[in-house]
Order: sequence, then structure tokens, then C-alpha cells
Amino acid sequence: MRRNETRGRLGRFDLINPVLDKEIKLRMRSPRTMWTLFFYLLAIGFLAFVAIYLTQELSGRNGAAFNPEQSKMLFYFLTMAQLGLVAFMAPGLTAGVISGEREKQTLNLLLTTQQSSATIIISKLLSSLSFMVLIVLSTIPIYSMVFLYGGISPKQLVLVFLFYLFIMLTLGSIGIFFSTLLKRTMLSVISTYGVTLFIFAGTAMLYFVMLSITTNYYYSQPAGSGSTYNWVGHIIAMNPVAALMSILEPSLSDQVFMVHRNAGPVRGEAPMPLWLEFMLAYTIISAIALWIAVRKLRPVSRRRR
Amino acid sequence: MNEQTLQEQPMIEIRGLVKQFGSFHALEGIDLTIAKGTVFGFVGPNGAGKSTTMAILATLMAPSSGYAKVDGYDVSVNPHEVRKRIGYMPDFFGVYDQFKTTEYLHFYGASYGIPKAEREVLIPQLLELVNLSDKKDAYVDTLSRGMKQRLCLARCLVHDPELLILDEPASGLDPRARIEMREILKELKAMGKTIIISSHILPELAEMVDEIGVIEHGSMVAVGNVADIQNRLRVKRFLHVRLLGREEEAESFLRDQPYVNRLLRDDKGWQIHFGGHDEEQAMLLESLMAAGFRVVSFSEAQTNLEDVFLEITRGGGGAE
Repeated sequence: MRRNETRGRLGRFDLINPVLDKEIKLRMRSPRTMWTLFFYLLAIGFLAFVAIYLTQELSGRNGAAFNPEQSKMLFYFLTMAQLGLVAFMAPGLTAGVISGEREKQTLNLLLTTQQSSATIIISKLLSSLSFMVLIVLSTIPIYSMVFLYGGISPKQLVLVFLFYLFIMLTLGSIGIFFSTLLKRTMLSVISTYGVTLFIFAGTAMLYFVMLSITTNYYYSQPAGSGSTYNWVGHIIAMNPVAALMSILEPSLSDQVFMVHRNAGPVRGEAPMPLWLEFMLAYTIISAIALWIAVRKLRPVSRRRR
Repeated sequence: MNEQTLQEQPMIEIRGLVKQFGSFHALEGIDLTIAKGTVFGFVGPNGAGKSTTMAILATLMAPSSGYAKVDGYDVSVNPHEVRKRIGYMPDFFGVYDQFKTTEYLHFYGASYGIPKAEREVLIPQLLELVNLSDKKDAYVDTLSRGMKQRLCLARCLVHDPELLILDEPASGLDPRARIEMREILKELKAMGKTIIISSHILPELAEMVDEIGVIEHGSMVAVGNVADIQNRLRVKRFLHVRLLGREEEAESFLRDQPYVNRLLRDDKGWQIHFGGHDEEQAMLLESLMAAGFRVVSFSEAQTNLEDVFLEITRGGGGAE
């Protein structure tokens, strides 16, 4: 029986790619998956209830009256808390996907199959992404509590969830990049968390330092001279918290590019919304990270002679 | 290429293969040709370069220089074509513990692009071949090491490859599991597969290996069939002699005889590394009789691959 003729029809008769199928199957069979979901919901639920309790207590209204501002604050709080949890979860879920296979000594077997490097990398990313999406979607009932109080539009909610998807994709790509390049999962996890920390905290700190330096510079200039555009806004555009806030509060984009002068703030004009700049920059970074991961997964082939 | 050319084309062609890891030379210019349908035993001490050569053939490592071709396809230029033709079993491998055995094979079958309907027929056959039919619904982590080795062998066969690259497939197996593995390999040989198999199991596989290649310090020191290599060695044969009494005198006598290269004593008599042919062997027996020694047995011991390997790597061979 010759079966080689069937080669080249990869996945033609399977609904999804075999690597993705395997990843999802194995992930959903692991008890760790259930516990991850459980503790995530526990954490976000706890934060939501604490926030509701505090806002009600502090306002002294006992929740009897409609207060859109309060509801908005609650939504912002939940949104940022969830962003923090996503940032904590995404590196953990992706930084071991390739190095883990290498450590379990299953990677070589996978690499000798007909699956392309791109298929393996993308399937690994999609599998981790789908689990993260499941977790984030499972928090919707908690968000629905915010709707009880009003003040939030469904459009905002959809945008926030799309932003989560993007940040998961970005951090996931960085996780897979390190997982492919570094032999040990521990090193990969540390590196991914390091980069995540820089993206979240490092960019913000850098922004505030640069803002202080440039503000001092503008103060030293005679009034009416110099630029009215502060370039340090581009630094905070690399920060996910600021980018997400710019979706919720569009005026933020203009504010971060604003120049403070002796006579008070002057006009600030964002070249583009923060979230858009953030997405453009990180789309390029993610694409480069994935491209390198695909190239480094297998030994480099020579050109056909 | 016409059909005849394809038939004549070697399954493996390696020329000047070099692999460096920094300043360490794992392979130092290997040349090797293996014809289709050959079972090739790859022998060498640990760290000699067997696994590196096999990993290059399996497209898992790029050579530093030289080339390796599988069925005419360069592993560095056409790795995709090479992967279609090989089934690779590394010396150490892991399994996805949360898969059942059939799911495990389905996954690899799908990864090779075999349609589901075809896999449904194929997988029970493969499990039967490796004697795991009764474990088809068992989770992989419940299998013994020997069973996992056999499952991995079934995985190698899922896409019907022409070449099997088996890196120490019997390492860590108990004697019974080794025998089972050997029987399966005999069946694969009968199916016409080209097999390249390394190390430990070789002495047991003497009857099924067509050719051996001995590698040491990244260089091939001998290649050919077992009998050819033996003939080219200084040691032509191993004799076993058992005498009754006068042991000290007999040992001194044997040591002085021509063509006796080495004399090893054991509890049953002497093992002689003998450099002569039939004529000289007969003369040795006559000398013993003439000297009045009482010969209980005088026989030619079967040379096995291990002896050949040890002889070559001891530096006494110089066969190639």
C-alpha cells in the first residue's frame, strides 16, 4: 500500500489543524485548566464585589439611586483589573509552549512531521489565545453587574474586549518568541514577564521621567517660542493602560501630547489616538516576534540549487 | 528521473558531512552510502556522532558543511521532501501523556496529512504490528517504557516512510521488550523498509543487519557488511579451547604458537584471537595433540558485532 500520494493534502479532511486540535484537546484535559479558570474568576469576582461595596459605601447612597459616574468608575476599575490579570496570565500561558515541548522531548517528533514551522507556531499561539478568550469571556457575567447601574455603552464593552484580544495576541507573540529562542521554560517565562513589566511599568516610568525633563526644558524657553507639541506622548502610547484609557476617555490622547508652559497648558494635538498608535506599534512587534520564532524553530534551510 | 534510476539511487548519500558546535567537531567529514532496502547498523561509543548524523538526516540539525541526501533530496535544501520519506525515532523522546494511544497516532497521522478515514483503517493495523491492539484505549502515561517505545515506532510508520531512522530504539528496555522490538524490526525489514539503527541492540540484531558502519570521534572507521569487515581485520576468528589438566603448561604452549594474537583465559578454558585461516587452525589442533595435551573441545566461536566493534575501536582494525 502506498500512501505517499496523500501527502500535500494537509488537513484537507480535518476540520481544524492537527496541532491546534492537539493543543486544545490536551489543554482542556488538564486539571490545571479548570483551576486557572476558577482562580481567575475568583480574583475578578472578588475585585468586582470589593469595588461595588466601596463605591456604594463611599457614596453613601446605598445603591438606591442611579449614578452613571459611579458606574463608569466601577467599569474602569474592572477593566483595568482585568487588563492586569490578562497581563499576568498571557506570559504564563505562552512562554512555555515551545520550550515545554523541547523539555518534554516531544518537539523533535513534531518537527519531523509535515507541519510547517509557521503552522506549529500559529497553532500554539491560537490555542493559548483561545483559552485566554474563554477566560475573559467567562467574566462577562461579572461585567453585567455594572450594567445594572448603567452609564456604560455596549460599544465601549466590545471595544474593551477587542483590546484585550489584541494585548493577549501581543504578549502571546512575545511569549512564543522567547519560548522558541530560549531552551529552558523558566528563562523564557522570566524574560516574557520582564518584557511585560517593561511594557506596563517601564514605559509609564520612562514617560514621566521624559515628561519632567521636557517640561523643565519648555519652562526655560521664552514664552511663545518652541514647539507646542510634546513628543514624549509617543512613549506613553506604548503603554497598554494608557492605550486602553484612551479608548474609554478619548481626550486622553490629546492630553499626553500637551505642553505645559508658564502661562498654563497650551494646545496639545495627538498625531493619532493613543490606542491606534499602540496597536500599530505592537502589531509590528508581534509580527517580528512571530516571524523570528517561525525562522528559529527549525534549522535554517539552504536555498534550492 | 526514470524508474530504473530511481531504483538505483541510494536511500542515503552522505558526503563530507561536518558538524561543529563551537570549537567542538561532532562530525569530521563523514562519507556514507546506504542502498534502498538495506538494514544498516550504526555502531559507535557514546559521543561518537551517531545521534548527530541521525538528527541531520531527520532534518533536525543543519550540517556545518558537506551534504546529506535522502532518496536524492538534500536535507538542507528540501527538508519537506525528506520528512515525507523518513520515520524518526530519537534515543530519548517524550509522549503526550493525556492522549490515548489511538489519539496519539491520529495526531501524528493528521500531522502527515493522512485523511481521517484512512487513519481509521491504518491505526488498528499499526497497533497490531507493534502488539498494542489491547492498549488502544489506554492513556499513554499508563504504558510501560517498552510499550511507549513500540508506540513511538508505530508513530514512525504512520505515513508509510521508506526510511526508518532509529536511534537506539532498544535502550532501557528489558530483555523481553528487546526481543519484541527485534521481531518488529524483522517484520519491517521483510516489508522492504530501509532501516538505519544505532548501537546497543546490534549484537542481538546480527542476523538482520545487512551492513554496519562504525563511527568514532566523528569519523567513520569502518563500513561494510559484517563478514567483509571481519575479513579485513587482523583478527580473523575467535577460537575456544578447553583442555584437561596441565593448565599452566598449556597456556605457555598456546602463547608460543603462530597466529595466536591474544589469549584470554576464562573458567571454561581459553579464548584465542586467531590470525590464521582453516589450515593454520587445523595445525594448531595437531600441535596440541602432538604435545600430548588432552583436548576436550576446540571450536570456532561465533564472532558478533560487539567483537567487531570492540576490535575496530580498540585501534587494531584499520579496516577502512
